[in-house]
Amino acid sequence: MTTTAAPDLAEEFGTDSGLVAKIQSTLHKYPYLSPLIVLIVAMIVFTLLNERFIFATNLSLMTQQTVIVGTLAIAQTLVILTAGIDLSIGAIMVFGQMMMANLAVSSEASNVAGFGWWAPFAVAVGVLIAVAAGAANGYLIVQFKLPPFIVTLGTLSVFTALSLILFKARTIQGPEMPEGLKVMGTSFKLGPFQIMTGVLVMLGLYALFAYILRNTAWGTHVYAVGDDPDAAELSGINTKRVLFSTYAVAGLIIGIAAWITIGRVGSASPNVAPNINLDTITAVVIGGTSLFGGRGTMIGTLLGALIVTVVENGLALAGLDQAYRVLAVGVLVIAAVALDQWIRRVQA
Amino acid sequence: MSDTDPILSGRDLVKTFGPVVGLNGADIDLYPGEVLAVIGDNGAGKSTLIKCFSGAHEPDSGAMKVAGQPVLFRSTHDAREAGIETVFQTLAVSPALDIAANLYLGREIRKEGFLGQVFRTLDKKRMRAEAGRHLQDLGIGTVQNITQAVETLSGGQRQAVAVARAAAFGSRVIILDEPTAALGVRESARVLQLIDDLRGRGMPVILISHDMPQVFEVADRIHVQRLGKRAAVITPQSHTMNDAVAIMTGALEVDEAEQALGPVRPVVG
Repeated sequence: MTTTAAPDLAEEFGTDSGLVAKIQSTLHKYPYLSPLIVLIVAMIVFTLLNERFIFATNLSLMTQQTVIVGTLAIAQTLVILTAGIDLSIGAIMVFGQMMMANLAVSSEASNVAGFGWWAPFAVAVGVLIAVAAGAANGYLIVQFKLPPFIVTLGTLSVFTALSLILFKARTIQGPEMPEGLKVMGTSFKLGPFQIMTGVLVMLGLYALFAYILRNTAWGTHVYAVGDDPDAAELSGINTKRVLFSTYAVAGLIIGIAAWITIGRVGSASPNVAPNINLDTITAVVIGGTSLFGGRGTMIGTLLGALIVTVVENGLALAGLDQAYRVLAVGVLVIAAVALDQWIRRVQA
Repeated sequence: MSDTDPILSGRDLVKTFGPVVGLNGADIDLYPGEVLAVIGDNGAGKSTLIKCFSGAHEPDSGAMKVAGQPVLFRSTHDAREAGIETVFQTLAVSPALDIAANLYLGREIRKEGFLGQVFRTLDKKRMRAEAGRHLQDLGIGTVQNITQAVETLSGGQRQAVAVARAAAFGSRVIILDEPTAALGVRESARVLQLIDDLRGRGMPVILISHDMPQVFEVADRIHVQRLGKRAAVITPQSHTMNDAVAIMTGALEVDEAEQALGPVRPVVG
């Protein structure tokens, strides 16, 4: 064959010019930049509107307001990275916390048996049950090739109903519970800030899963499966195992979130956080993770969860009605998805 | 095993998909150091044939051998273990991941010691360094671009990444399924050059292509597939492109004596 002189590929790999294209490719490379900018701008604006916004007490409060959605959004991020969706996150969390509380309280306070178990043991069982629930989602999705939307829509109803049936829909009040169950809600002073234990656990989980996604083979495979499952399979990745494990790991995070929720709320109720599923998806999407899978970061989701809290809290302090806050979050979600679509079109 | 024994062979392979017959007793032989082109009309079973060897399909019956040993591939992983790497038509790259991650997708290098074994922590530094070396071996890419996401690359560059992955890990055979179908003229020329380079390194290659001039330019032997069987094996010297088309459509039959069923290249080294 004739051999034409191969042009230097470095030249072909060159970047494109133009400011817009540059912004586009920068956002493409660092998808958490846009939520970071939004968060900073929002905080400045709300501080100008009402200086109480930036007070240490309010900042501390906002971290606590973020903790439930923030922790659950870690699980949602993992699932969405595989191009799935988990609608059962809230229902499993509620089931898990009802299980923990009912196992730990004494017989007269309990709705079921009232074992009066040692708190750490009750928490461990609750977490294991959440793992099993997540694994059940994964099993149905992988083994019967059912869409994650349908499977988790089903388990959403199943676990919501189980919480009501098994635990008689009764709230277990804080004073009835042993302290070990509520430990995530304890807090300590750090300078002017009030730091809640659950917030620290949430931040630890973010750091852990950010590390896992970036630096382990499993993390790479989660991205690959969400990006192009056929390519992942042909590349020799066991896509079924990756998917199954993702939902099981999501269950583990949900279990920990259940414990945090008991601490944050101070009681265990089947009606806690009714919009939590959509809230986690909102945080994930605002954080720059694509609903089509394969791209996104943990830090982005944390920023997304914080943005939702900041907007709601800031608008409340600015004197706006609840309805306007909901409106603002809705606009944010649509803007975030539009931005994602635009960033995805990047071509060198 | 002597030098003239096939590195890869299939005998009487049958593969059906429900009522559709993909392979109907197909044979194939690939000899050391050669480029074997596989051509055929749509539905002749080209892709099905090579997918048996890349582990994507499992034949219903028939015998497959690699380096004289009978093999049974249940997954692409099995085929890779046997030293057969495939560049699929879809490339099987993950667009959002960077070049290094794609090169090592499914066989990541882990850190040594506790972190690597227990937490399966990746050795990103080494993966990037080695990925850069593999790309440079093929004369493609520069090291500073190894962290670029594959989706930001052009079609030809993606192809180059997929070929580099195959070349980096393929120890026995590299299979290319329609590598130039989606490429422009200049990019196609680069891929042909890559194939030539692979042959220069003594790596046997199976090339599936629709592009007749390309096949006649690069192939040592040409396997013509028709109706799920091997219709004939010819060489660019023994037959013309028109002959090849005639064999593909059944208008021409070639006596076994006139075919190039054995190796035609002198084996190097």
